[in-house]
Amino acid sequence: MLRLIGLSKTYKTGDTALSDVSIDVARGQLVGLIGPSGAGESTLIRCINRLVEPSAGQVMLGDTDLAQLGTADLRRQRRRIGMIFQEYALVERLTVMENVLSGRLGYVPFWRSWLRRYPPADIRRAYELLDRVGLMQHADKRADALSGGQRQRVGIARALAQEPELLLVDEPTASLDPKTSRQIMRLLTEICEERNLPAIVNIHDVPLAQQFMQRIIGLRAGRVVFDGPPAELTETALTTIYGAEDWNAMRQGDEEQAEAQADAKRRLEQVPA
Amino acid sequence: MSTAYPDTWHRPPQIIPNRRWRIAIQTGIVIYLILAISTIEVNWSRVYEGLERGQRFVMGFLQPDFTSRWKDISQGLIESLTMTLTSTVVGVAISVPIGIGAARNLVPRPVYMICRSIIAVSRSLQEIIVAIFLVAMFGFGPFAGFLTLSFATIGFIAKLLADDIEEIDATQAEAIRATGASWLQLVDYAVKPQIMPRLIGLSLYRLDINFRESAVIGIVGAGGIGATLNTAIDRYEYDSAGAILLIVIVIVMVAEYSSSYLRKFLQ
Repeated sequence: MLRLIGLSKTYKTGDTALSDVSIDVARGQLVGLIGPSGAGESTLIRCINRLVEPSAGQVMLGDTDLAQLGTADLRRQRRRIGMIFQEYALVERLTVMENVLSGRLGYVPFWRSWLRRYPPADIRRAYELLDRVGLMQHADKRADALSGGQRQRVGIARALAQEPELLLVDEPTASLDPKTSRQIMRLLTEICEERNLPAIVNIHDVPLAQQFMQRIIGLRAGRVVFDGPPAELTETALTTIYGAEDWNAMRQGDEEQAEAQADAKRRLEQVPA
Repeated sequence: MSTAYPDTWHRPPQIIPNRRWRIAIQTGIVIYLILAISTIEVNWSRVYEGLERGQRFVMGFLQPDFTSRWKDISQGLIESLTMTLTSTVVGVAISVPIGIGAARNLVPRPVYMICRSIIAVSRSLQEIIVAIFLVAMFGFGPFAGFLTLSFATIGFIAKLLADDIEEIDATQAEAIRATGASWLQLVDYAVKPQIMPRLIGLSLYRLDINFRESAVIGIVGAGGIGATLNTAIDRYEYDSAGAILLIVIVIVMVAEYSSSYLRKFLQ
């Protein structure tokens, strides 16, 4: 489905963000991209839809090499790739509906998008997606009136409105609390499963990645240093990705956090209404 | 166990770390100021004479005469208000494309340079100079004033708009680009919602600047209330001049308050 061949990116400042990355992603596969901050995960995702121009290598989506396209062709190919962002990246002052419909921008002529006169099929689909992510009654609200988790669900609906063949997800849970993070990850995985959509998810939370991803790719200094199922992500593997650290303590910390949460929830429930 | 921690702390000098240089520069500035002020020549007898004229002016101001020149005043006012409104609308309409073109994050470098130079030209020419030039070209009257104010509006709105566009939240634009949107769609969906409240605020602000300016450029012959004011002062009719100034002040205040109210409402 998606093949990256020898993908490299060196920024103008001389920083090498990616060097010679080759990855194959099959249809329906959920790939978690982990690595220390600055290891190039964000760059990798953005090189695929060319929000960042790769310096070398090929990005094969089906039979098309995205790295070679001119502006107009690139626009057409970008429609096939839905993207979900860290901090949601919704247009805050537009309504939820406009944000979802903006996923159709690559398909409609300018006048339609300008007058907000989208084809009936697009509108029906937008409502269907809003219903799927559970925001049907919020369609006419402004995006900045929603909570973090709700905004990210709008982000998901916008990406799906493109009818994508691939999802790029950049730290979807970075600014969400642990419970909402899990809900969002569950929604994402369910949706990918329903549509047999492959997704590349850049994620900092290792336990979350292990819980939801089918395959994990570890980047370090722009190179792939781990590629395998979550079960193989042992302490040694984590050490090659992140460097030495007491991973058990971190897992324990995570369990503690979960316990604390459960505890707080219990106590909240005990408070008489 | 006990370490002796200091109990005094001074903010380290931020700009010039060297103490000697700092003192030298500070005394240098003081000496220059004293010398500069001492070179200003003041003709005190002239100032005394002027006080009397000033007093007459102020007295006229305190007893404004709205009635005897009301026809001239109302005509000048209508001219000024027309000039203000039309020039703001036309100026803003032209500023928007230029402002977008002058935003580095939206356009290729050559377009950016061209639009920035248009803005620079408009901003560097002061309204009065433009007005004198345009009065010479198109003759006395409000048309020259209208052109002057439109021209000045372009520099003002386009620059502030461009600076604003350069500071928009880039991730929102990135998200719209990622959907396969065209450049026009990007401007419509990612840029416009982010700058619209500010554009409206700036336009309203420019509206009251233009009204004030219309009173000034009238003095060099570009029509409007300024021309009426100029005539009144030339005829030593300080009471009529006072009336005109009062009206201008009231209109500016009304514009100020209503525009700040509207801006708050739009946020």
